[in-house]
Amino acid sequence: MTLVLDKKDPVKNKIYQNLLAEIADMYETPMGAYNFRADGQGVQKNTTANIDIVTKTDKPGIDIIIKANTKNESVHIPVVISQSGLSDMVYNDFYIGENADITIIAGCAIHNTGDSDSTHDGIHSFFLEKNAKVKYVEKHYGEGEGAGSRNLNPKTIIHMKEGSYMEMDSFQIQGVDYTKRDTEAQLEDKAILIVNEKIMTGKKQYAETYFHVDLNGQDSSTHIVSRSVAKDNSKQVFLSKLNGNNRCNGHTECDAIIMDKAVVTAIPEVTSNHVDASLIHEAVIGKIAGEQLNKLMTLGLSEEEAEANIISGFMR
Amino acid sequence: MLELKNVSFSIEENGIKKRIINDISLKIDDNFTAITGPNGSGKSTLAKLAMGLEKPESGQILFKGQDITNLSISERANLGISFAFQQPVKFKGITVFDLISLAAGKKLTIDEACEYLSQVGLCAMDYVDRELDSSLSGGELKRIEIAMMIARGTELIILDEPEAGIDLWSFQNLVNVFQEMHDVAQSSILIISHQERILNIADKIVVLDEGKISRIGSKDDILPDLIVASNACEHFALKGGKK
Repeated sequence: MTLVLDKKDPVKNKIYQNLLAEIADMYETPMGAYNFRADGQGVQKNTTANIDIVTKTDKPGIDIIIKANTKNESVHIPVVISQSGLSDMVYNDFYIGENADITIIAGCAIHNTGDSDSTHDGIHSFFLEKNAKVKYVEKHYGEGEGAGSRNLNPKTIIHMKEGSYMEMDSFQIQGVDYTKRDTEAQLEDKAILIVNEKIMTGKKQYAETYFHVDLNGQDSSTHIVSRSVAKDNSKQVFLSKLNGNNRCNGHTECDAIIMDKAVVTAIPEVTSNHVDASLIHEAVIGKIAGEQLNKLMTLGLSEEEAEANIISGFMR
Repeated sequence: MLELKNVSFSIEENGIKKRIINDISLKIDDNFTAITGPNGSGKSTLAKLAMGLEKPESGQILFKGQDITNLSISERANLGISFAFQQPVKFKGITVFDLISLAAGKKLTIDEACEYLSQVGLCAMDYVDRELDSSLSGGELKRIEIAMMIARGTELIILDEPEAGIDLWSFQNLVNVFQEMHDVAQSSILIISHQERILNIADKIVVLDEGKISRIGSKDDILPDLIVASNACEHFALKGGKK
């Protein structure tokens, strides 16, 4: 079934459809549970026998409640904004029951052709019960040639009970002028948090990403990899703070390609508060290696094509 | 096919100019040519000059009669020159399949990519989706590098020490691959090598020494002397060893 988010305004509906395609590869109404938010309003919602979505009454946002033992189900919660000057703030809380294994597709896209700034701030809290497993995919995208900026500031707070597992894939590939990402997590025994982050900035864009992970439980572990490309006059800051408070493993990695006059800063802060905590921070910042360009050029690609292939692979 | 005319190349080391290639003139015809010589004799530099990875300070390079001295790497590649790097380049996020496709110049099917990989002794299904990064061993990277050459199938294929990092057991298979490139695909091969078994299948051997051609000729002329020279260790002989 073709997605219709605005029945009265076909132009706006088309914009929404394009944005959804960008952030969620979504062309039709998805299977399973979903909640669409467009220009500050929840517009469509679907629940299943195992997944409930409850609109908050005290503040904007939803509670997503996933029953214990729910398997092979997905939740889509995209947010689209087309109004210039809109400032949207949303609180989403995810309760993942014991032994559940689910996929959550989030994302936010802003179409701003006006001269006022459009902003979406999302505060997402995850509560993973024992042995719960979540794959969380979040894409951020901006478009429109107006002077108004497209700002996205996601905050993610993750509480992980014993044996739980979360994999978070976040992408910000294009068009976001200002972003301040904040990801905080507390891990209990044997909990595992994997983060794959991809950020690309250009023009005068600014992106800041901040991780704060407390490895509180025995044999808890985290693996955070942030790959980024900074072009033109853009700026990026990567800050990762790991606290090893028990026997645990922590690894954070910032891997950045820098081009033109861009600036990238990586700041590690790893603290071992336990003799058996093993923590690693890696940061590599540099331009595209000349030998990579040369290699692709020996295959017949022009320098521009070689560069585009290297970047799209790196950001995949 | 490939002709170097009075080509010289220097580098600067600690402010001192060092000649790497010294006024070399060389004609490589439609055959299997091996360039050999001691470490530092300029073999790899010569190969890089032909591909455009280095630019000569003087002299001229011709390919099929066309002056390519000032052409870029991409332009030379599109004219029909391929180059297998001595140390294969790694990429993050680019898969073996992507690179074989780029080498072939078209979007391949998985089966086609697998065909190229099988020829270099890799079980293709294990590799097509893998990234060309540090998770692959040196030997695996070398084989993939050679698979890219097969996929390109250009008129001239330059291989810079393709044997390095390949275990002896697989070595003979690779020698067969090079021979097939030459015999079946009708590519001319220019190979930089120290390996007797590779020199043995060459039509012509060029010996470089200190940036100059010290000898050039057919395999039968050159190879016997080379093998004797490599055994000549004076200290060993003085201690009563064989010379």
